[in-house]
Amino acid sequence: MSPTTIHAAAAAKPSAAQLDAGACEAFLVHEARLLDDGRFEEWLALFTTDAWYWVPAQPHQANPRDTVSLIYDDRRLLETRVRRLASPRIYSQEPRSRTTRIIANVTIEEQSDDARACVVRSKFQLLEYRRDTQTAFGGTAFHRLIATDAGIRIAWKRVDLVNCDAVLDGLVVPF
Amino acid sequence: MPTPDDIRSLVEPGRVHRSLYTDPDIFELELERVFGNAWIYVGHESQIERPGDFISTRIGKKPLLLARDLDGNITLVHNQCAHRGVMVIASDCGHTDEYRCCYHGWTYELDGRIKAAPLLHGYPPHFDPTNSASGMKRVPRVASYRGFVFGSLAADGPSLEDFLGYMTTSFDDMIDRAPDGALEVAGGTFKHRYRGNCKLYLQNLCDAAHPLFVHESSIVAAKQQTDDTYSDGSGEIAIRQMRQNGAPYSFWEANVGIWCYPNGHSFLGDYHDDSKLVAALNDPVFRDYMNVMEAKKGKEQTRKIVEVRRWNTNIYPNVSFMSQFQQLRVVHPVAVDETVVHTYNFRLRGAPEQMFRNAVAFANIVNGTGSLVLTDDLEVYNRIAFGLASAGPEWLEIGRGFTSDQPDQHGGRRGKNSTSEVYIRNMFDAWLSYMAPDPVRQSEARARPRVAGGSARP
Repeated sequence: MSPTTIHAAAAAKPSAAQLDAGACEAFLVHEARLLDDGRFEEWLALFTTDAWYWVPAQPHQANPRDTVSLIYDDRRLLETRVRRLASPRIYSQEPRSRTTRIIANVTIEEQSDDARACVVRSKFQLLEYRRDTQTAFGGTAFHRLIATDAGIRIAWKRVDLVNCDAVLDGLVVPF
Repeated sequence: MPTPDDIRSLVEPGRVHRSLYTDPDIFELELERVFGNAWIYVGHESQIERPGDFISTRIGKKPLLLARDLDGNITLVHNQCAHRGVMVIASDCGHTDEYRCCYHGWTYELDGRIKAAPLLHGYPPHFDPTNSASGMKRVPRVASYRGFVFGSLAADGPSLEDFLGYMTTSFDDMIDRAPDGALEVAGGTFKHRYRGNCKLYLQNLCDAAHPLFVHESSIVAAKQQTDDTYSDGSGEIAIRQMRQNGAPYSFWEANVGIWCYPNGHSFLGDYHDDSKLVAALNDPVFRDYMNVMEAKKGKEQTRKIVEVRRWNTNIYPNVSFMSQFQQLRVVHPVAVDETVVHTYNFRLRGAPEQMFRNAVAFANIVNGTGSLVLTDDLEVYNRIAFGLASAGPEWLEIGRGFTSDQPDQHGGRRGKNSTSEVYIRNMFDAWLSYMAPDPVRQSEARARPRVAGGSARP
């Protein structure tokens, strides 16, 4: 298989027919692949038009309104974040990070009766390498997924880092 | 050990020697002489509201415990057991009627005096457990300005109010914005790190000339954002703030000022003209707030309060705050090339809750570890450390505006406009006064009568 065919296979959209455990896991693996490959606009396209993306700053944080968050983006800010990631003047990504993620322990926590919407819980480990330093992140992600005619979409995503309240360097590449 | 003359030779008019950011020996001297003598911000009274409340804090690299003791007094002690050196309290905050060491069970009053200890027998004469000097060591001076608590490792020196001088008006500006006249720390903290010298942080917070370059990626991305995309309000605040960072030089030079005062303090004028970011302008959230303020303080007083237009206030050497969105940042030096910053938010007591929620949204974009703005600042601090690892120019230029700075009517000086680097020069004047004190003024200080209770030095 040439590198070109590998890339084409990655771009294939997961089926939206039913949100069973297998389809959800395939979707999360697909999302992780887009992020690792730096295809942030395609990643953004996975979210619904009123989605939010949240990385709390505290364990068990109740909401993003009354407490600060490492990242809390409504759809408008998420679009700005992704646009900035493509900027040639994003100095915190010069040089660019390389990341590699493993998604595991995928379970469906809540599901609508028609299996067209669910909340998926997963574990992840992420290595980020940039300018001679490799940093390990890990935690639990929650995705609210919706099956649409266009494919599976993310209505919201919450990422609880195991070290969310630690002293951290700047976080630029999305989790 | 550099002599006072060696140190003075490192600061010249309009430039400083690179070693001030790179030399570990100078860093250690700064901990001893700057952080060991100045008033250092250690916390806010709302964090220790009830008797028995405590928080972990520090001065320089020294871990401390700030508490309200059972009599209601504010206490500040070194977090080390008097017995064999164990850190007594390992949590960030809590509520207790005593500090208890995990090693041999020694307990202490919150002011550091030994309360009880098992097997207290057979000690030689130098150790008397009933003597308060035998307990957890107290920080010689602790004082509060309207709820903002500072400690000083020096037994002697100016009072906190003398140290703050005219900068008390910046604290007043933040506190007076609370309809009930009080602030409370709320909404969690950010803790971020960069691989550069601690001085870089405050030196950036009043730097009017950097946003246009450092923050270009977020300014452009925000300007290109369409406003009809869904926002719950928080992203809107973030995007408006990023757009304001794109104010051109002509704006900074025509409309914004920078003011400096003794002991290294300074504040930058506000550069915002967006109705969602300035309380004096028309916006539904601010209108609700203004109504509450006017009901409490009257129309005229409210107008005077919200028309104060200051952005970041730097209290040298370790804290910066901003009244418009009630943010505070504390700089903790770790090594000559490593710094940790903790950031806090305040709730304006008595204000509509949405004011606080907007402050949280604002904190995320200005102070957030994953902010689209701050991450590029951190990158610059890191790159300064990399740049100074080269064998480039010996001196760093801090001379912009040098020939056009002006005296200020409150005993300070100001730039002709906000792009002057006068506030950096002002910090280094203070730095020199700590690092290489004038021997004449020193002997005058020694000749002054000591404050009662201050420990006498030989």
